[in-house]
Parts: sequence; C-alpha cells; structure tokens
Amino acid sequence: MASPSLSFSSSLSTTTTPLLRPSAFFLRPRSSSTISAKIREIFMPALSSTMTEGKIVSWIKSEGDLLSKGESVVVVESDKADMDVETFYDGILAAIVVNEGETAPVGSPIGLLAENEDEIAEAKAKASAKSSGAPPAATPPPPPKAEVLISTPSASSSPPKATGKVVVTPYAKKLAKQHKVDVNKLVGTGPFGRISPEDVEKAAGISPKANNVAVAAEPAPSPPVVKGGASFAEIPGSSVVPFTTMQAAVSKNMVESLSVPTFRVGYPVATDALDALYEKVKPKGVTMTALLAKAAAMALVQHPVVNSTCKDGKTFTYNSSINIAVAVAINGGLITPVLQDADKLDLYLLSQKWKELVEKARAKQLQPQEYNSGTFTLSNLGMFGVDRFDAILPPGQGAIMAVGASKPTVIADKDGFFSVKNKMLVNVTADHRIIYGADLAAFLQTFSNIIENPESLTI
Amino acid sequence: MQSAISISLSSPSPIARFDVINTSNACLPTPRSLRFCGLRGEAFQSTSSFKTSSFRSARLNSRSSLNKVFAALNSNGATSSSSSSGFDYDLVIIGAGVGGHGAALHAVEKGLKTAIIEGDVVGGTCVNRGCVPSKALLAVSGRMRELQNEQHMKSFGLQVAAAGYDRQGVADHANNLAAKIRGNLTNSLKAIGVDILTGVGTILGPQKLKYGKGGSGDTIITAKDIIIATGSVPFVPKGIEVDGKSVITSDHALKLEFIPEWIAIVGSGYIGLEFSDVYTALGSEVTFIEALDQLMPGFDPEIGKLAQRVLINPRKIDYHTGVFASKITPAKDGKPVQIELIDAKTKEPKDTLEVDAALIATGRAPFTEGLGLENINVQTQRGFVPVDERMRVIDANGKLVPNLYCIGDANGKMMLAHAASAQGISVIEQVSGKDHVLNHLSIPAACFTHPEISFVGLTEPQAREKGEKEGFEISIAKTSFKANTKALAENEGEGLAKLIYRPDNGEILGVHIFGMHAADLIHEASNAIAMGTRLQDIKFAVHAHPTLSEILDELFKSAKVKVSTSSAVAQPVPV
Repeated sequence: MASPSLSFSSSLSTTTTPLLRPSAFFLRPRSSSTISAKIREIFMPALSSTMTEGKIVSWIKSEGDLLSKGESVVVVESDKADMDVETFYDGILAAIVVNEGETAPVGSPIGLLAENEDEIAEAKAKASAKSSGAPPAATPPPPPKAEVLISTPSASSSPPKATGKVVVTPYAKKLAKQHKVDVNKLVGTGPFGRISPEDVEKAAGISPKANNVAVAAEPAPSPPVVKGGASFAEIPGSSVVPFTTMQAAVSKNMVESLSVPTFRVGYPVATDALDALYEKVKPKGVTMTALLAKAAAMALVQHPVVNSTCKDGKTFTYNSSINIAVAVAINGGLITPVLQDADKLDLYLLSQKWKELVEKARAKQLQPQEYNSGTFTLSNLGMFGVDRFDAILPPGQGAIMAVGASKPTVIADKDGFFSVKNKMLVNVTADHRIIYGADLAAFLQTFSNIIENPESLTI
Repeated sequence: MQSAISISLSSPSPIARFDVINTSNACLPTPRSLRFCGLRGEAFQSTSSFKTSSFRSARLNSRSSLNKVFAALNSNGATSSSSSSGFDYDLVIIGAGVGGHGAALHAVEKGLKTAIIEGDVVGGTCVNRGCVPSKALLAVSGRMRELQNEQHMKSFGLQVAAAGYDRQGVADHANNLAAKIRGNLTNSLKAIGVDILTGVGTILGPQKLKYGKGGSGDTIITAKDIIIATGSVPFVPKGIEVDGKSVITSDHALKLEFIPEWIAIVGSGYIGLEFSDVYTALGSEVTFIEALDQLMPGFDPEIGKLAQRVLINPRKIDYHTGVFASKITPAKDGKPVQIELIDAKTKEPKDTLEVDAALIATGRAPFTEGLGLENINVQTQRGFVPVDERMRVIDANGKLVPNLYCIGDANGKMMLAHAASAQGISVIEQVSGKDHVLNHLSIPAACFTHPEISFVGLTEPQAREKGEKEGFEISIAKTSFKANTKALAENEGEGLAKLIYRPDNGEILGVHIFGMHAADLIHEASNAIAMGTRLQDIKFAVHAHPTLSEILDELFKSAKVKVSTSSAVAQPVPV
C-alpha cells in the first residue's frame, strides 16, 4: 500500500505503486462554511468481516421520510446476503447519496440524516456535492420536477382543488415518490378522476411508453459524458468496472472543473536550506508535508487573493482561514485531508495533526469538515521522481499547487559561477477569474523565499 | 387478513388459534383458513325428509365386528350386497374434496367398503375453486413476469417482444385444468369402486345418515364409520356486500371474468398474496387492506420481511395495515367500489378508498351447516366441528362421538388440502385398527407467488417461545439462493432458506424457504420432521449437483449440532 503521507524525499520511493494521481480532486470544496453537526451521515456498514464494499439493493425509506431509531432504512447487499441497515438516530432522511443499484465502499456515506426539516436543504446541498453524480444522464430533470416534495403528505391545508380527496393509484403513488411529484398539484385523468401513473409520468416529464425501454436501460452511474465521445470502439475482452462512490465523486468534480478558466504558473525553488531544516526537525516528528503546507500557508497570508474563491463568477470570496488540503491516494481512491489554520499552527502541531488525519483517512473515519474545508490544495508527486506536473483546480477553490521532486541541478549565478543546488519545480493552477498572472507570480516568489529561507517556518 | 395465522399455530389444540385471530378482528365469527385448498360441500342444507325404502337397521356396533376378510380385497366391497357387519358401508365420507378423496383411497386400500357423498362437484374447493385453478393462473403470471422483465431476459441473452395476454385464454386454462383434475379425481374413485353418492349428506344419528337432493327422495344409509369432510367457503366479514362482479371472493376471481385496473385485496395472507401476484402480472394495480399491523402475518418474520421486499415493494402495490374494511359497496350507478376503512384497534374511521374492484380474501369459514350435527348433540365452535387429536368428533358434553370423525377445513385444525388428506389417512389407520396421530408440525405449507414461499414447523418466535418454556436452546441457520449454482443459472438468486433447530439434539423445529421452487423444496425438511430425522444424520444425505436441493443440503450442513451422528447412517452397499 502506498504511504498516504506525502514525503518530499527526492529519491524514487521504493516499491510502492504510484497511487497519487496528478490531477484529482473531489469532495465538496464548495462548502467552506462549517457544517452543522446535526446532519449525520449514514455510512455503508461492514456486514461481514470480508466485506469491503456494499451495493444498495433498495432504499426502504425515501428522501423526506421520518426515521426513528432502530428502523430499517436501506437494504445492503454484501458478499453474502442482503441485510437491512437500521438507523441509530431519529431524524429525517434528508438526502440519498448513493442510489439504488450503486455500490459504495464500507464506511463511506450513503445518505444524510437531518435532525429537523430546516436542515434538509443544507443536507441536500451537501448531498449534491457529495453524490456520485448519478442522476441518470438519460433523463435530465425537467422543470416541472422542480417541486421538491419535502412537505409531509398532510399538505391538504392549502388544497389547490376543492373537490374532495385526491385519489392516487398505488403505482402512481410510487412514481410520484420516485420522481418527487406532488400529487396534490396534479389533475387526475384516470377513471373517476383519479391520478393515474400516466398523470405522474407526464408531470415528471417522462413519456409513458418510452418508459418501458428507458427504465430498462441500465441506470449506470455514468458521469455526463462529453457529447460526441459517446461511441468508443469496443475492444474485445475488456472488463468494465463501475466507479466506486469515491471515484464517481472524483469524476464528477473533474468534469465540473472544466467550467472554470484556469491558467498555470511554474516556479523553480531551491531546497537546500529546506532539506537541511527537514533533517533537523525530522526526529521531532515533522513531516515534509507539514513543512510545505506551512510554507504555503505563510505565503498565502501575504497573498489573500490566492486563498480566495470565486463562487458565482461575480465576486471574490476571501476565506477567513487558511486551510491547506493535501491530496492523498487511498486504495484506488483519492481524498484530501485538510490542515485547518495551517498558518496559525506551528510545525509540530501541524505534523501531529497530519498524522492523525492520515490515520483517519486510512480508517475511513474522516469527518466531512476534515476533507472538504480546504481553501488551497497541495499535491506532491515528488516522491515518485516526477519533476513537474499540472494539477486540475478543484471546484470551489482558487488555486492548487503541484510540487515536483527536488533534484540536484547545475546552476549558474549572475557572476557566471556554476554550482549544484537542489531545486524543485512548483506549478500552480489558478482560477483566472479572480487570480491573475501577477498575483500568482508574486505568491510564488514569496513561497520561494520562505522555502529558501526556512527559519521562519519553525517560529 | 387473518388467513395465514391459523397455520402458524398448528398445536394439537385447535382452540389456541382462536385467540390469535380474535386479536386481529374481534367481529370475526370464525377463524380464517389458510389456503383455499380445503374442501367444500356446497349444499348440505337440506330438509330432513327421508324414505324408508333403503332404510336398513342401524346397529350401534363398534368397529370390533369388522370383518378381516375385506382387508385382503384390493377393491371396494361395492359389489357385495352389504358389508359384513350389517352396515351398508364400512365407511361413508361426506364431501368429495381432497380430504375425502385421500381418505377414500386409503380406505379401499385397507379393504373398507366405502362411499363418498358429494352435494356439489367432486374435487371440492381445492380442485374447483382453490389451489388447482389458482395454480393455473399463477403459472401464467409467472411467465408474464419473466417475459415482461426485460433485464431478466437480457441477462439470458434473450430478446422478447412485448408480451401480452388474452384474458379468456388465461381463464380457459384455469378452467380446463380444474375440469381435468376433477375428471382424474372422479375416475380414480370410480376405478377402485368407491360409490359416489350425489346429494347433500346429513347425519341422522349414530352410524346413520341420509343423502339426496333435499326435499323428498332422500336415501338413508348406514355406515360403520362416518367422516365429515365438508370443507369451507370463503369468509366474508359483515358490512361487505359481495356482488360477484366488482366485489368478489376467490370463487369469482378464479374465473377471471375481468381484470380491473385497480383492485383492493382485503387480507394479505396466502390467498391475497397469490392473487396480488396474478393481478399485478396481468397489469392491475393492487391495494392491500390488512387488519394486523404488518403484511403477511403468520409467516416467519424474517421471511415475511424479505417477501415484502420482493413481492410487494417493487410491484404496483400499496397497502393499508392495521385497518378493517368496515363497509364495501360494489360499483354501481357509475360509481366505483367504495371501501370504508376503520382503525383495527380504535374503530375510528380512517379512510375511504375508491377502487375498480375488491377481492375479499379474509380467509375461509367452515361449511358445516345442515350436517345434522344437532342429531348427535355436537355443537360447532364458530362453525368448526370440534375434534380431538385423532379427528374424533367431540360432542357438547365434551365426550367423543363414537364412529364419527371430522377432517379438513371443517375441523379448522390446519386449513390446507393436503392436511385434510393426511388427517383422512390418519382416521383410516385408526378405523382399521392401528392407532395413529398425525403430527401437524410436519405438514408443509406453501404460497405460490413468484418466487414461492414455503415452510414447515415452527416460526422463529414460536420456537423461541417453546424453547423458553421447555428449557432448550434454539439455533438458526440460513442459506441464500445466491450461493446456489442452479438458482444463479436461472438468474433467480433472490431467496433465503432458514432452519430453526435444537443444537443440543439436532431436532428440526422449522424450515422456511423463500425463493424459486420453494414449495417443491420444503419436503425434504417436512419429511425429516415427520420421520424424526435429526440434522446430524440428514446432513450426510447426498444431493445431486447442481440442483436447488443443495440449498437445503447446505442448510443442514451449516447447522451446529452438539451431538455427533446418532447411528450408522445405513448399511454399506458394495458397488
């Protein structure tokens, strides 16, 4: 297993497989706000000792349903059998993150539980950032579907129609729940004016007959594929492996990142002083990741715009804290544990914190705020000998720094003397809507100064 | 509704069951039956006029005078003028359903001169209005389901164009099947010389009865022993108006005269469940109305949960539980069927449903009126004829009525066709001189949905209760259809088999199966229970590979019994 901790040591790391991906971010960087602890995540349970992931057979409860402790919420298929999963808390099933038929690794969130109705919207926002992007690409939600049905069925207090009770057939009820159609707003065209399945399908924008075929078409969690690339030549003997939830989230975020205009600026940084410092503090448990995070955080203090976010294409959002997210490869997935307030914590605390985060990440116990509150991201492939690479900016952040390996380099100074110094190439990708070339250049200069004169890091 | 309850408590005393039922529906006059496979004699109410022409002396002799000579005969003694003891017959059975038929066959085998009285059609409920035609409909629904399930077909690599059906064709299949089985049954009785006496049978006194069309012209006969096997009819709670068109019972539904777009099924026991399978496969939407708090009461809770997940939730079915249908008005004057629901506990009005049709599947009521029970001082209990564990009828004073037995739905012990037949055989054993008590816990039951549900013995809660009372430990073993090669080959991996047993001695207490061909699979378990085979022995039995039977093989093998093999399994056979 590859060590998730980021080491800056320049040599090629031994036998580990290169799991870190050069350009990958997922998670929910958008929600830099603190997350209310009242929204609980329902995790994929380990139903047997050999189970590593589970498939959602069916959700017994739907979004908006009231749950009480001990009630079965979801049916999970393990390697052995189907089992009911119960909730440990009372609440409302606010959002389903992993849909029926999809698979999720043990310990990953499959749904969100809100304590009261006010939190549903918040949970839904979380879920949409979290969900595997699975709304079947085949049927984009049509406008009439927008009436999200959160209200309890006792909506009869404001009846749009006065003519007695609404009669809905069993299948129409199921469809309405599935497509979130408020039957109280429909006019039934079935016998005796009751609401038929066709009425609901019409309201949900589904053509009733095409339905038979459309439904049969696998609701594969394929991310919105770029049009035109749809037909790839099929190579015989290939195997198709569906994304895990984590991978699906990565995929979704990557596609989303295409909507942000980014640019890149590279900078060579001499690391002899840093390497020397690292040797000194290493026995005290300081890691290279902590050193780099600390250096980046200190540079960000001086260049707040690089720590900002563009949320709507119209404004700068200056983040009040500097939270350095660090990309870590874990078992075929990718996660970004966040060193919060990296500018304020000292190196030793930061190193300790990092160690904890990595352990949690391995155990899949990271809390949401521990992986989605980053304001700036650090990605390091130096340990593989990569000299430079180009990172993709995760949605919701302003910039990401890609750190290459530090290598002995022949350098000529202004007097024409040659020397050999360790240098690493740092490449920053940024959102050009808010961060311009000069901003990045200035930030990189500051960063380089800190690395080359690293004493300030230990203060 | 309550239909599934009775079977779960198949203790020797029939009374215990009634309590359970009463909690679910206080206004019920009778316990509800399980399947509609019981017997039914349609028109036994008759006036009591009789002619003396065929009256013969009715002697009160007991069975001691049975002439052993007849035991050697292989056919009924019908050709001889009378049975040796002076009775017209050694045995007369009232009701030619499955119970009566089973008893008659065994009686002839034992050399008894036998007659069977049938007031309606041979075959009774099971053959004519129950399990047989319903199996025809379920065979259709199973195929429809498969053909409609594109993914299922695709996974086989099959391509099927849209499947459709012709209602009359389906109905004819059910009808033809019933006719064919009825013919087979009649022929099998005639072939061995059983006299089929047409008309309503009424008991006149000890060992004496009459039969006929009612009015004048009834014939009086005597018999050394009499078996009542009159079966049951669909039970309709009060407040429900059955018109046979929009509000129907299983009797009408099996004719499949129309397929409503939306049908409410009152009762989610076997009958309701099977019909929901048929109707949804044919395109109807279904609403269950169940008086208890959960659907499918009476099944092992775990099996019920799984069954609901497969048979109810993904289908076009919704349900109301904990409610009674207090009033059902058939469709008329351009109005749909109206169903008023009241809370099962508080009796408060809860809801009103408007549907296209309603099927009343609240169980079955014994058909015992007009039997002349008052002539021998027998009082029915909610319509059921009280019997002891040997099916001997008990009179109002709690005394056994000599030479009179009651089997099948009419006694209410276990309202299943094959239970009636087993009880009949048990009675024949007794009257031919060999004591026999039927172990009802070894009688399997099945529900022929897709996939099927079957079980034998106790449910887990019942077993735990018994274990607690009698101080033994209970263990559970489970196997999944997913692990079975044959099931996977059929793309039918959905299913569970569950074994409840005693780890201390290896006794099988119950087996419950949900999955493909569950009804056929249960018999290995029920036979083991009937024979008293223990797990430590049966686990050495060999099963062909790959077959579904390996699910049970695995189940037996996964049981952890604390004793080792009780005896050498069998004599080694050199090959």
